[in-house]
This record gives sequence, structure tokens and C-alpha cells, in this order.
Amino acid sequence: MASFLNSSIGKKFLMSITGLFLITFLLVHLIVNSLIIFDPTGALFNSAAHFMGSNPVIKIVEPVLAIGFILHIIYACFLTLTNQWARPVDYDKKHAGNSSTWASRNMFVLGSLILIFLIIHLSNFFWKIKFTGSEMLDQSTVDGIENAYLLVTSFFIDWWWIDLIYVLGAIVLGIHLTHAFWAAFQTLGLSNDRWRKRLEVIGWIYTIIVAGGFAVIPLWVKISSMIN
Amino acid sequence: MDLTLKIWRQDNRKAKGRFEIYTLKNISPDSSFLEMLDVLNEQLVSGGQEPVVFDHDCREGICGTCSLYINGRAHGPDDDITTCQLHMRKFRDGDTIVIEPWRAGGFPVIKDLMVDRTAFDQILQAGGFISVNTGSARDGNGILIPKHKADEAMDAAACIGCGACVATCKNSSAMLFVAGKVSHLALLPQGRPEAVRRAKAMVAKMDELGFGACTNTGACEVECPKGVSIEHIARLNREFLLANLKS
Ligand code: HEM
Ligand code: FES
Repeated sequence: MASFLNSSIGKKFLMSITGLFLITFLLVHLIVNSLIIFDPTGALFNSAAHFMGSNPVIKIVEPVLAIGFILHIIYACFLTLTNQWARPVDYDKKHAGNSSTWASRNMFVLGSLILIFLIIHLSNFFWKIKFTGSEMLDQSTVDGIENAYLLVTSFFIDWWWIDLIYVLGAIVLGIHLTHAFWAAFQTLGLSNDRWRKRLEVIGWIYTIIVAGGFAVIPLWVKISSMIN
Repeated sequence: MDLTLKIWRQDNRKAKGRFEIYTLKNISPDSSFLEMLDVLNEQLVSGGQEPVVFDHDCREGICGTCSLYINGRAHGPDDDITTCQLHMRKFRDGDTIVIEPWRAGGFPVIKDLMVDRTAFDQILQAGGFISVNTGSARDGNGILIPKHKADEAMDAAACIGCGACVATCKNSSAMLFVAGKVSHLALLPQGRPEAVRRAKAMVAKMDELGFGACTNTGACEVECPKGVSIEHIARLNREFLLANLKS
């Protein structure tokens, strides 16, 4: 086991598994968040958020998710560093755009930007809901459930630059995913010349739905507040 | 054609290298890239200077000895060929051509444009073979192999071990080379008995020699002169993961 995780493919295996786990999480997260759009009263979103916060299955998945993120990031640093050491003297002239996509060459940069966004995002919402609380959360509409809807929407309505950060975050995540989705299957050995094209198409559809979805939510909240 | 060449010169493994600029006149567009370098070297020798050292042998694209990173691409601007098959008509009169050795920790520069690719031999010695003596060529239908498997194995075996995959990979990863051999033998009944040991030993050797990890950029298959596909890397990953599961 130790020798497996120390091998280059073993490390990649971990990146791939944690990445796929994060991909699944993002889809669930988006489905819950989309309730903000589908129910402008916020009741649906609030009960879904409450369910996600109190349900025992989610309670178990939450720390696993945190560990998944941390492992993904630690192994990303490991891999990126060893890969840079593997070429002590670089080329004077490179024509890399000819043979690979920009995203595939800049996964660490993209990942680091996602991490920065993640910290901002957690401090905006998760931290308040979980630990510090806020006045808005207390303005319950149903059964004493915390009003996460009010917290989230007032954030998006009050500060335009928060919307900007969230849209940029979604774009960066999307670029990471354009390479990540297919790559995760390739790393697990679940690809060949025929499946590669299919997986890339599925990856693009997933990316457009997820990145597009996360970008649309803050914009929708902001714009509908300006119209009403 | 008149050309300006910017060539990496390095006296030995330890020496600090530098770029030198040379000019060449009246090069025929029909000459090969290596013939163009031959002309340069004759010019240098007659001027009392040291010729530029570069690797080459068959000059017909089969031995994998020639290398060279030309204008930012392994084996130069043409696709699916080695440097020895590259012709000057792919360049324009008055061009400046930057020529560098393969750059990778696993491939130290010996002199000028020549690098030490012993690492590839070491990876092969770790497991890229079948341990029993198979004797002389067998009867064609003695061991039945499905056509599609034979074809795929042949595609993987097309690797000539030139190292363009390592040279072009941003991580200096040798995965395409290792995948070529592992995949070739894993697809054939003769290779199956040792598949587990082979995948583990070759990957361990590749890691030990300082090649980077694959991040699936796919640059290697684009620059591979033999067009070896990264689907063989997927098979290597599969073989390696299963090998670790089995033992
Ligand atoms: C929700 C967020 C994220 C998701 C869904 C995600 C997903 C993935 C997936 C599926 C892969 C492909 C693994 C493979 O090639 O086998 C990957 C690769 C990578 N990720 Fe992430 N990731 C996320 C966040 C991050 C963060 C925060 C970082 C680091 C700071 C990061 C750094 C990397 C790097 C460097 C790679 C390249 C590794 C490679 O291609 O081999 N990612 N990501
Ligand atoms: S010299 Fe033999 S392949 Fe180029």
C-alpha cells in the first residue's frame, strides 16, 4: 500500500478518486443551490439546506469531503513539485500550444485559484451557518429553520463584487473541469481511443451545466432584485 | 536558403551550456535537417572550430537515435516523423531555427545536442521483456491471437524509444514509453504470465530515475514520431492498478 501510494501512478490514482468525489459533490451542491432560482420564497432552499446540515448521511460525508479536498490539494502540490524537478533545465523555446490544451498545462494554477475561491466561499456562508451564526440566519420563516436563503441572496444583492467573484470562480472551476473530467477516467485506466471522445463530450456537458449553473445563480439573484 | 541557427553548445555533462549563433547560406530546401547540420559542421571544421555533436544513426526513421528540440517542438515542425526525416522545405528562407537537446533530468546532456538515454534501457531491463527463451520464429497459427489485439499490440510496439515523449511532456514523464512496452506485452498471450511483475517493476524504475508523473496533457502522442496513442497509457494505468490489487 505504501509503495503504491508512493508511485507516480498511485499518487495520480488518489488525485483521480478524490477529483471524482468532488465532481459528484459539485453536482449535488448545484442541485440544492438551484432551488434558490426555482423557489423565490426561499422555503425550498432553506429546508434543503437544513436537511443537508442535519441528515446523518451528510454528516458522515462532510468530513470525507473535507479529507477528499485536502488530499486532492496535498497530492496536487506533491505532483506539481516533483514534475517540475523532473526538468531541471527548461527549454529556451517552447511551442506547447501545438500539442496540449492550456487547461491541461495549468491545472495547478487553476486549482490554486479554486482554493482561494473556496476559502472566500466558506467564510461567506459555511462558516456563518456552522459556527458564528448571523442575524439573517435567525430570521426564520418556517419551523425555526435557519434562513440560509436570506443570508445567501442578500450577499449577492448587496455587493456586486461578490457576484463577480462567484462568476469568476465558476469560470475557473469550469476550465479545471474541462481537463479534469476525462483525465480522471484516463488515470483509472477507464479510457481508450473510442471512449476518450465520449468522455470528453460528457465532461464538456457536465462542465457547462455545473460551471454555468454556479455562475447563473448569483447573477439571477442580483438581476431579479434589480428588476423587482 | 539562408538560415540563422541558434544552437545549444555544452562541453560535457558538468559544463554550463550556452547558445551559439551560426549562419548558413545556400542550403537546398530538399536537403534533410541532419544534412543541413552536416553542412554546418563541415563549415565549422574547416574554420578550425569544434563541430556540433548530435545523435543519429539510420537516418531513415526507424532506429530512434536522432533527437533534437527544434523551434520548440520535439523532432521539429512536421508531424509523425523523426528529425532525420525532417526536410528543410518545412522552413522558410531567412528563418532563425532554435535547436536544443532533449531537456529532462532523466536525460542528462552528454555534449551539445546529445543526451544520455540509458534510462530507457534501464526501464526496459526492469521488466520490458519475456523471461523465457522463445526459440526461433513460431508457426504463424501456433498461438491464436485476435486480429484487433495483434493490431493494438503492433501499434504499441511501434515505439522506437527516441524519447520525444519525455522531451515534449511538461512533466518529463516517460509514461508513453513505458506504456508502449507494457501495453504491447500485456495484449499478447506470451506477455500475460509476467504482466503483474512487469507493470510494477517498470513503473518503479521509471519513478526512481526521476521522470515526472503523467497529467494526461496528451502532448506525448502528438509529438511521438510513431503516433503511439495515450490509450496505451490508460492500459498501463489499468495494468498497474490491477497488479497492485492482485499482490
Ligand atoms: C471542486 C473542486 C475540484 C474538482 C472537482 C477537481 C477535480 C479534479 C479532477 C477530476 C482531476 C483529474 C485527476 C486526474 O488527472 O486523474 C483534477 C486534477 C488536478 N487538480 Fe483538481 N479539482 C478541484 C480542486 C482543486 C484544487 C483546490 C487544487 C489545488 C490547489 C487542484 C489541483 C489539481 C491539479 C494540480 C490537478 C492536476 C493533476 C493531474 O492532472 O494529474 N484541484 N482535479
Ligand atoms: S536516425 Fe534513426 S530514427 Fe532518426
